[in-house]
Amino acid sequence: MKKQLVFLVVILMAFSSYAQNIEVCNTCEISTLKKAITIAKDFDTIIVKKGTYKEHNIIIDKPLTIIGKNYPVIDGELKGEIITIVSDNVTVDGLFIINVGTSYTEDYAAIRVRRSKHFVIQNLVLEKLFFGIYLEKSSYGKVYHNKIIGDAVEEYNSGNGIQLWYSNHIEIEHNYVEHVRDGIYLEFSDDCLIKNNVSALNLRYGLHFMFSNNDEYCDNTFENNGAGVAVMFSKKIKMTNNTFKENWGTASYGMLLKEINDAEIIGNTFEENTIGINIEGSNRITYKNNNFINNGWAIKVRGACYTNSFIENNFLYNSFDISYNSNVNDNIFDRNYWSNYTGYDLDKDGVGDVPYRPVKLFSYIVNRTPETIILLRSLFIDIIDFSEKVSPVFTPDNLLDNNPLIKKITW
Amino acid sequence: MLKILKYSFYDLMRSRWSYVYFAFYLLLGIVLLFLNNDLSKAVITLMNVIIVLVPLIGTIFGVMYYYNSKEFTELLLAQPLKRSSIFLGQYLGVALSLSMSLILGLGIPFVFYGLFKSSAIWDFSLLLITGVFLTLIFTALAFNIALSNENKIKGFGYAILLWLFLAIIYDGIFLMTLIMFEDYPLDKLSLFGTMLNPIDLSRTLILLKLDISALLGYTGAVFKQFFGTNFGLVVSFATLVLWVVLPILRIVFKSKKKDF
Repeated sequence: MKKQLVFLVVILMAFSSYAQNIEVCNTCEISTLKKAITIAKDFDTIIVKKGTYKEHNIIIDKPLTIIGKNYPVIDGELKGEIITIVSDNVTVDGLFIINVGTSYTEDYAAIRVRRSKHFVIQNLVLEKLFFGIYLEKSSYGKVYHNKIIGDAVEEYNSGNGIQLWYSNHIEIEHNYVEHVRDGIYLEFSDDCLIKNNVSALNLRYGLHFMFSNNDEYCDNTFENNGAGVAVMFSKKIKMTNNTFKENWGTASYGMLLKEINDAEIIGNTFEENTIGINIEGSNRITYKNNNFINNGWAIKVRGACYTNSFIENNFLYNSFDISYNSNVNDNIFDRNYWSNYTGYDLDKDGVGDVPYRPVKLFSYIVNRTPETIILLRSLFIDIIDFSEKVSPVFTPDNLLDNNPLIKKITW
Repeated sequence: MLKILKYSFYDLMRSRWSYVYFAFYLLLGIVLLFLNNDLSKAVITLMNVIIVLVPLIGTIFGVMYYYNSKEFTELLLAQPLKRSSIFLGQYLGVALSLSMSLILGLGIPFVFYGLFKSSAIWDFSLLLITGVFLTLIFTALAFNIALSNENKIKGFGYAILLWLFLAIIYDGIFLMTLIMFEDYPLDKLSLFGTMLNPIDLSRTLILLKLDISALLGYTGAVFKQFFGTNFGLVVSFATLVLWVVLPILRIVFKSKKKDF
C-alpha cells in the first residue's frame, strides 16, 4: 500500500514537472509571448501578466494553454494578424487583443484557428479589429464568454466578429458582439451550437448562415443590426427561444430565410422589426409558439414556399400580419392568436367561430405597387380591406386560420 | 371684427354643441388611455379618429352655424360694418371654439395621465396642431360652401360631399392612379398627391413622426427625406397654411360681391 502511494506521488511529481508554467511579463526574462511559445514544451501553461505586449503574427504551433492575468493587452499595431493557432488542444483565455491590421487581400483576424481540433477560446476582449475570431477547417472547439467590439463603418472594408469556415461541432456561447459586419458568420459549418449570445449594432447581419446544416441556435438576442439574421441555403437548422429586436430600417428584417428546408423555428420573439421574418424559397418549416409584436410586417412570404406550418403563434399589433405575393397557398395556419381578429366565440371553447384571414388586400396592393404604402391607415384602405375580408378576390382564398384563438397563448 | 369674433365665440361657448363636442373628446381621451395604458399607442389610435372626425365636424358645424345665424348676419349687414370683418369674425369664432374643444377635450385627460413626463409629448403636440389646422381648413371650406348656396339642403349636401371626397374618394382615386402608373417612377407623384389633400398631408406627417417611416421601405426613402427634414416640415406646414388662407380669401371676396 505504502509502495503504491509513493509510486503515485512520484508519478504526480513527474507529471507536474512535465507540464510547466511559464510566466510572461514586461519586466520578466521572458517578455514576449512569442518567446514564451518557442521555449514552451507541449501541454505547458503560459501565464501572461498584466501589461502591454506589442506583437503580431504570434503562431501557436503546439498544444499550450495561454492564460492572461488581469487582461494583458496584446497590441497588433495594425500590422496584420495577431494570434494564429495551428495545433490541436490549445486554450486561450483572458487576453485583451486590439489593433488588428486591415487588408483587402487577406482576412486578418485577432485570433485564427487553422486546421485544429479541441481548442478553447474564452474570456477574450477584442477591440479595433478586422476579423475577430476566425475558425478555419477546425472542429470540436469552444468559443465562450468573449466580448468583441468593432468599429466598422462600411461593409466593404470590415470583417466579421466570429467567423466559421468549414468548421464543424463548434460551441459558441455567451459571447457579445457589436459593431462589426456580421456578428457571427457560419459558412459550410455543420453541427454547431450557438447559444446565449448577444449580437447587436452590426452593419450587416447579427448571425449569418451559408451552406451550413444541422446547426442549432437558441437563447440569443439580436438587436439593432443592419438587417437582422440571415439563414441561407441551409438545411435542418433549429432556431429556438431567440429574441429579434429593433431591426428597423428601409431594408431590415428580424430574420431572413432563403432556401431553407426542414427547419424548426420555435419560441422566438420578434419585436419591432420592419419585417419580422422574410421567407423566400423555404419549405417544410415549422413555426411554433413565436411572438410577433409590433412589427411592420410580421411575416413576408416572397414566393416558392411550400408545406410550411404556422401553429400557435401570437401575432400582436403588427401593421401587417402576413404578406403574400401570389394567390397560391400551400402553407398551414392553425390555432394562432391574432390581435386583429374581430370574430366571436359563441360556444366559449376559446376558438373563434369565424376563420381569420391574415392577408389584407392592402398588403397585396403594397406588394404590387410599393408606393401605395403612403396610404397606410387611410379610411379608404380600411374600407377596401373590410370588403376584401367579406369576399376575397385578390388574396388566396384558402389562406386562413380556421381555428383562431380568442386569448393570447402562453407557453 | 374682434367684437363679432367675441360675440360668435361666446355664443358658441354657450351652445350645447360645443359641450357635446368637448365631452366627446374628453370621453375619447379617457377611454383610450384607460384601455391602452400606453401613451404612444393612444396617440396612434387618436390619429385615426382625428383625421376622419375633425374634418367632418368642422364642415358640418361650419355650414350649420352659417345657416343658423343667417338672420343675425343680415341684421349686422344693415349696420355700418365692413362685410369682411363680419364674416371673418363669425368664421374665426366657430373655428376657434371648435379648436378649443379639441385641445381641451383631448389635452385634459392626457395631461392628467402624465403627458409632460412622457416622450410622446411631441407626437401629441403635432397631433393637436394638425387637428387645429384641419378644423381651420374645413370650417373655412364650409363657410365657402354656405356662402355660395342659399339653399340649406344643397349646402349641407355639398359639405358632406366635400368631406367624403377629401377623406375617402380622393384616396381611392390616388390609389387607382398609383396602380395604373406603376411602371413609372411614382415617388414624386405620390409626394405631390399627398401634399394636395390636407387630410392625407396630416396623416403622413403624423405617421412619419410616429416612426412608421421604415415601413415605407426603399420607395419611402423619398418621403422620409422630404417629411423627415425641417425643410419638409416647413413646406408641409406652409401647404396647410395655404389651405387655410385660400378659402379665407375666397370668403372675403365672395362676401363683398354677394347680394343679401
